[in-house]
Order: sequence, then structure tokens, then C-alpha cells
Amino acid sequence: MGDALFLHRLQFAFTLIYHYLFPVLTMGLAFLIVVMKALSFRNGGERWNEAARFWIRIFGINFAVGVVTGIPMEFQFGTNWARFSRYAGNVIGHTLAMEGVFAFFLESSFLSVLVFGEKRLSRAGHFAAAIALFVGSWLSGYFIIATNAFMQHPVGHRVAADGSLVLADFKAFLFNPWAIAQYAHNMISTVVTASFVMAALGAFYLLQGKHLEQARLFLKLGTTAGLISSVLVAFPTGDRQAKLVARHQPVALAAMEGRFESGARAGLNMIGQPNVRERRLDNPITVPLALSVLAFGHTASEVQGLNAFPERDWPDNIELLYYAFHIMAGLGTILIAIMAAACLLEWMGRLERTGPMLWVLMLAFPFPYIAVIAGWVTTELGRQPWLVYGLFRTAQGSSPTVHGGTALFTLLGFCGLYLVLGVLFLFLVAREIGHGPSPATPRREEAHA
Amino acid sequence: MPELWYAIAVLMLTAYVVLDGFDFGAGALHLFVAKTDSERRQVLAAIGPYWDGNEVWLLAAGGALFVSFPKVLSSGISGFYFAIFLVLWSLILRGIAIEFRSHVNDSMWRRAWDVGFAVASILLPVFFGAALGNLIRGVPLDPDGWFELALFTDFTARDPVGILDWYTVLVGIFALTALVGHGATFLAWKTDGSVHERSRALVRRLHVVVAVLWVAVTAATTVVNPDLLAALPRRPLAIFLAAGAAAGLATVFAGSSRGHDRAAFLGSSSFLAGLSTATATCVFPVMLRSTSNPALSLTAHNAGGDPAGLRTAVGWLAIGLPLAVLYFVIVFRLHRGKAVAAAEGEGY
Repeated sequence: MGDALFLHRLQFAFTLIYHYLFPVLTMGLAFLIVVMKALSFRNGGERWNEAARFWIRIFGINFAVGVVTGIPMEFQFGTNWARFSRYAGNVIGHTLAMEGVFAFFLESSFLSVLVFGEKRLSRAGHFAAAIALFVGSWLSGYFIIATNAFMQHPVGHRVAADGSLVLADFKAFLFNPWAIAQYAHNMISTVVTASFVMAALGAFYLLQGKHLEQARLFLKLGTTAGLISSVLVAFPTGDRQAKLVARHQPVALAAMEGRFESGARAGLNMIGQPNVRERRLDNPITVPLALSVLAFGHTASEVQGLNAFPERDWPDNIELLYYAFHIMAGLGTILIAIMAAACLLEWMGRLERTGPMLWVLMLAFPFPYIAVIAGWVTTELGRQPWLVYGLFRTAQGSSPTVHGGTALFTLLGFCGLYLVLGVLFLFLVAREIGHGPSPATPRREEAHA
Repeated sequence: MPELWYAIAVLMLTAYVVLDGFDFGAGALHLFVAKTDSERRQVLAAIGPYWDGNEVWLLAAGGALFVSFPKVLSSGISGFYFAIFLVLWSLILRGIAIEFRSHVNDSMWRRAWDVGFAVASILLPVFFGAALGNLIRGVPLDPDGWFELALFTDFTARDPVGILDWYTVLVGIFALTALVGHGATFLAWKTDGSVHERSRALVRRLHVVVAVLWVAVTAATTVVNPDLLAALPRRPLAIFLAAGAAAGLATVFAGSSRGHDRAAFLGSSSFLAGLSTATATCVFPVMLRSTSNPALSLTAHNAGGDPAGLRTAVGWLAIGLPLAVLYFVIVFRLHRGKAVAAAEGEGY
């Protein structure tokens, strides 16, 4: 069964990470599209409308892949995690069903209105469709985060006579403080991602000498939103998230930091290699006192190490958890630096002429994706060995009748299918980028006039 | 409370069958009723604004089952593991076929997606029909309420059963025919020109087959699950719903022969809705029927969720479902009238 458990986890992780590559952009882009549509109402704002039109096309392709890869996620709770569904379905079924009812209906109804309905609607009507889509996609994010937050920090539930969980306090469950903090952190990270993608494309067009007017808009919005959001994602939202982990999942924090010994005046380990067998961090570079301050607000605060907890409650992959956390935090810092430099140059009016900076912006767009995935890996590995923190272990949650070989078969099926899907996606996005936002050149061949 | 949630789940699934049913049917038919690129685009323009929203009913119904009958959902979905993934992969193929087709104006690219769209739209109703067949026939539940099923065994519909046997395949074919017929009434209503003519010509012929298969499936059901039809005379609601299905079918014939395409579509909708709700009323309270021992069956009573939590869910559903219906009304109104193929680059 151990083997099957690993494959269930791997399949869920793989399909979820792959799926999330698309909504992480569409959620952020939905916000930026609303901004562009709003800017287009100003005098001379028609160029913002053109910019929005281009990004709505990119949005549409991403959204389609997000939709089709998202459907398996809801079903995999049942297929692969049947005992978990039976245990917690009475509680998390609420948010999963609410996502469908409140978010997906809204999104799916107004997507085609936004993508294809511009000619049929007034400007205000089209703007309203953009807002509907933004609200739908951000609501969908909230319900999923609330589901995850229950698994991280269960509140509002009670244990029923048969041992399963039932809802005791709907408000407490829906407005879990963990959900609110994680939602803020996560949604801002989607804006970071979309801003970097936008700035990268602006830089690409400028370096190519194409679509210059639109490229400047992409750069301007991408770097401005990028700087604001990449600062906000670290502070206050990331900081708040870390404090919640410190308070409610101290063993996860210890593993994220590669900290084995407990004590006050804890330093923050910037780099180093966790050596779990010897229970120490090899070759660390540490900022004195910083961990105590960041986690609890005071240099004298005690921060527990892994040794303070029984080994059976340790996250089961401390190395990956440690590196994922450090990659996220490190990249987050680099992202702020890139956007700060770009905004400074923009403010001095030199960004367009600074080739190296444009190259950096153009090539940096994968980093927010990596940081977001590393962040989610941190969250989910930090939750281990629990499926519902402190209540229900991951090993208890998988489906009793699904064998390891069956799970491996479907996992391989997903790998193949998603490879093809990824190639098609890149092909279509590359075509859109090749056509560009310029309205002067026809976007598609008009063979069938 | 179990009765109410059973009804909610059945109604949401029925909405799914009626709504996604017409775009499945349109997809299964489009190679035959739409020959040129612009005719195929007309079909896609007819279903394009709806298909994604229609599919959300599946997710919403799944969510409602998750919260109201977690035992049924977890055991059913994990027991049908392999079949569920066939459904999911077909849904992926179908979704990207619809969405990616229009992006490249190349005849090979489009032909490939057209075939993918058709194949997925034909397979999915068969899968869903077979799933319904499995629920009616029953599954080998163990005392903890779990089961696992091979994809097929000896096709006899007797223990040891498989997902596919003569009965479930028959229901699958019935479902495919009914949804193809439903799609034909939708296309006859929402398109004009050749697509309209060809679709309308198919409506009556398809529904003759539907009527024959309905009788065949009903007869087969008496063999596989005698309890189901035995319950019918004692349940006036089921009789009423089955009569609604029959009236719907009659409306399809009457409507299409008089050129009332919308009436035919509504008739086909009420046929599907009546059939699905009548079946659900007959099998109530059984949700997952045991093939070996009726005491092991999972029912709305022994597998129901927590009443307090479900009262809360009634509260948010009462807000959410009217909103969802409102969005559908807005979209249907925005696209009222006949669908026309969009200009290149401006639609499906």
C-alpha cells in the first residue's frame, strides 16, 4: 500500500502543479485586464483597449487549458483519495461545491462574452464582462484556498459519531484566518506572475523592434504592477503566512528552515544543506536573530527545532521542503530586485534603451512560476504527514480499492496527454505572440472570406 | 433532509444531462450535418457560448453529491476509477478540440480537431450511459461500502460483474442515441441553411430509434433490476415523470413535423429530464445498489451527510443556483436567434 500511496500523491501533485500553471496566469491577468479596460476609458485610452484585446486572446488560450486540466482535480478527490473524501467530504464538500456554483458558472458564462462579445456590447458592457470574469476567477481561487486552509489548519468542524468530520461553524470554516492570509499571499503572487509575463513580452517586442507602442504599454503596466505586487507578496502577505506557520505548524517551520535544535535568538538560515541523518544543517550561512524576529516578532522568542517533535510527526520529505521554501524566498527577493531596477530605469526614462535590462525582463518570466510552485510545494509538504493537520494522516486517505499499478497507469496517461497539451499550448501562444497586438496587420489569414 | 438532497443531486445531474446533452449530441453529429468549414463553425457558434457553462453542472452536481452523500461519491468514484479517467481524458480532448480549432486557419488542423471533437462527443454519452447502467444493475459492494470493478468480465450482467456488459453497453447506446437526437433538435432550432435542413431531417429518424431503444432498455431493466420497475406502480411521482418523458417524445415528433423546432428541442429536453428523474424516483432511496446483498446497498438514508451541515448548504444553494440560472438566461438572451458562423478570428 505504501507504493500506491506514493503514486496517488505523485499523480495529484503532478496534475495539480500542471493545472495551476494556467490559472496562476489567468487570475493575475484577469486583474490586469480589468486595469487595462479601466485605463481605456480615459482620453486617448484606445491603445489600452487594444492592449486588453491582445491579452484577452492570451487569456482565452490559457483559460481553456486551465478549464480542461481543472476538471480532473475535483474528481481525483474521489478517485484517489476516497477515504479522505468520506472522512472530510461533509466539510470540504461545501467549498468545492460552492466553487462550482458561485465561481465556475460566472466564469464560464462570461468568458465567451469577454473573448468574442466586444462588437456585440457597449464599452461599459464589455468592461462589465471583464469584471465578471475577474470576480469569478478570484472567487474560484478563494474557495480552493479555503478548502486547502481547512486541511492546513482545520477550524469550524466537529467529529461525528462515526469518526468522520462534520461542519460545526460554517462562518469559522469559510473565513478561516489561514484561508484569508493564504488567499492574500496567493492572489498577489498571481498578479506578480501576470506582470512578469506582460513585461517580458513588452521587452521582447522592444528588442525585436516590433509593435513598439503596445510594447511600451506592456512594459509600463508590467513593471509598475510587478513592483507593487512583488513587494506585497513578500511583505505583508508572505510574512503573515510565515507567522501562521510558525504558530500552528512549528514542526513545518523547523523543517523549512532546516532547524533541528530549539532555542531563543534563532538565526535565519539563508543557505545550507539539511542533513537529516546527522540532524544538522551543513554549511549554513545564517542571519543572526532574524528567524526569532520574523516568526514571533522578538529576538528573544524561542523557535523550536525538529528535535522537539516526535519523528513520526516530521514532514516526510524535509530536504525537498527546505529547498522549496528557500527557492521561493530567494526568487521572491530576486523578483523584487528586478522590478525595482526596471521601475527605476522607467522612471528615469531609460528603460527602453537599456538593452541588458530588457533582456533580463524578457528572460525572467519563468521565475515567478517557479516561485509559485515552490511556494505550493512548501505549503503541501509542510502539511505532511497530515492530510488534515493534526487530525488525519495522509496514509489514511487514499482509495482502498485502487492499486498502485492502476494509479501508475493513469499517472503515465496524464504525462502523455499533458505533454501533447503543453506542446499545443505553446504553439498557439507563440502564434499569438508572432501576430502581435498591432491592429494594422490582420491577425489571422483571411482565406475563407 | 436525505430526500431533499437526493432531489437536489438528481435535479442538478438532470440539468447536466439536458444541457451538456445538446452539445454532446451536436458534437457527435457535426461531421454529418455540417460539411464545410463555415457550416462546422456554425455548429460551434451554436454551442460555443454554452458548452463550458453546461459542463459546470457536472462539477456542481459532483460538489453537491460530495457534500451531501460523501460515502456514495467516494465509493462510487474510486470504484469506477478507470472509467472515470476515460471520461476525464475524453472531456479534456473535447474541450481543447472546441477551443483550439478556430485558432489556426488550416484545413488539416481543423479536420483533426473536428474528428477529435466528434469522437469525444460520441464516447462520452456511451460512458455516461454505461455508468447509469452500472448504477441500475448494481456493483459488488463490500461490507465497508467499497468496491472495485474490472472494465469488463464475461458481459453477462451477473456476478462477477464488470463495468461493461450487455446491459450497460445497451444503456450506453441508448444514451448516445438519445443525446444525438437531442443535439439534432438543438441544431435544427439554432441554425439555418444546410445544417438546419440536415439536422431537422435527422430528428424524426433518430427519435424512432430512441423510442425503440427505450422499450428495449426498459425490458432489459426488468431482467437486470426487477425492483426498479416493480416500484413504478407504487410511486405516482415516477409515473407522472415517466409520462412527462413520453409526452416529451411525442412533442419531438409533433413539433418537428410542423416545423416547430424550439418545441421539438423542449420536447427532447423534457424527455431526457423525465427519464432521468423517473428512474431516480424508482430507485430511491438506493444510490449504489449491491449486486450480492441488498443490505449492503448505499442509500440516501444510510449514506447521507450531516443534517446541520446540509441545512447550511441549502442556504448557500438558495443564493447560488438562482444566480447560475440568471447567468444562463443572460447568455441565452445574448445569443438568441439563429447562430451564424463567426468571422475568422472573432469566434469559434
